[in-house]
Amino acid sequence: MIDITVNGKKRRYRGPAFKRLLDVLREDFGLTGTKEGCGEGECGACTVLLDGEPVNSCLVPVAQAEGASVETVESLGAATRLSPLQEAFLDRGAAQCGICTPGMLMTAVAHLRSGGSADPKSVRTALAGNLCRCTGYQHIVDAVVDAANRERKRSSRAR
Amino acid sequence: MTLYAENPGAVPLAGGTDFMVAWNAGLFYVKTVLDLSRLESWKRIAETKTGARIGALVTHGEIQRHPRIRKRLPLLVEACATIGGQQIQVRGTLGGNIANASPAGDTFPPLAVYEARVRLRSAAGSRTLALRDVFTGVKKTALHDGELIEFIEIDFPRAPSRQIFRKVGTRAASAISKTVAAGLLWLSSDGRIREMRFALGSMAPTVRRLLAVEAFLAGKKPGPRVADEAADFLERDVSPIDDLRSTRAYRLAVSKNLLRDFLRT
Repeated sequence: MIDITVNGKKRRYRGPAFKRLLDVLREDFGLTGTKEGCGEGECGACTVLLDGEPVNSCLVPVAQAEGASVETVESLGAATRLSPLQEAFLDRGAAQCGICTPGMLMTAVAHLRSGGSADPKSVRTALAGNLCRCTGYQHIVDAVVDAANRERKRSSRAR
Repeated sequence: MTLYAENPGAVPLAGGTDFMVAWNAGLFYVKTVLDLSRLESWKRIAETKTGARIGALVTHGEIQRHPRIRKRLPLLVEACATIGGQQIQVRGTLGGNIANASPAGDTFPPLAVYEARVRLRSAAGSRTLALRDVFTGVKKTALHDGELIEFIEIDFPRAPSRQIFRKVGTRAASAISKTVAAGLLWLSSDGRIREMRFALGSMAPTVRRLLAVEAFLAGKKPGPRVADEAADFLERDVSPIDDLRSTRAYRLAVSKNLLRDFLRT
């Protein structure tokens, strides 16, 4: 029995301790927003936040997530009410086939939360572990830069 | 340690970034796994009188964020920043990196020039090995059955006159090195080389210090000619191969260029 907090909700998993966190999220918890790309930690498509840090969920045995807090793409927004980052992806056309998008979003969320520089170079470094085979990255980087700038404006207005 | 002694065939698991790839491929089927990830005391970086003691379970991400390590062991910090993307850096551990003993381990050249020591622990006791004595071949270490890496100990070096870390690979993240270099150099007041340490990864079955180059350079003044002469000694300590990532000729050429650049002025 393994207890995990997923998107703020307490969930309980029963099954093999070495099932991949990716499969537990998709199969046991029905959260299919997280995608499998390579299944060997190269592509970042399955990125989720584990205690706030981006990890490849294909490389985390569920036993190592016991007691942890997991955030998936489902936590960001709903179809009718997107998060500002998702809006930025939409505005910039930062998705084509969409398989890499949930992972891109979650890594970008971690970047924005950690102070999130809007410098394209630092955005590219942050996203270095996420591969996209469609867009050529420019639109994705643009979207994250936009989101970081908006975030900055919002927080300066708040002050 | 008692658990490990009772299950000597168990596969130790730290951050899982290498283990899970093999696990997912079914390679560890019906093997016992010893998950170390809850050993909190092995996750700390402690400062000692002379340097730092980095717990085996400290991640590459934590090494990059540690202020004293950033200041005093910058080559190690740079190496940790080139290992996979963030997702790998926040899970992969320094102890796991060493235990895997890949010829291309990116932290090994910095650890070699910092002359790191590796503390091993078993139910029977502890022993300390110099980094060079840990690696015995491709993916092979001197660890005995029932032994685990507990921490890595590094003395902070006096401030070098110059230093270099360079990883040469196909792309920034998620690329395995074609060659990876780390160097430290100290000059005397008269501009001569007091000491130089240079190590290369991906150039032999294990990381190699360029002992012949280092000995040749002692007491010499850096410059274009000395740099060219030093590069001729490089092959004495390495034996690169052709493989799917690169060729022997390319690896030698780029390693010599890195060494020459380091010594040219």
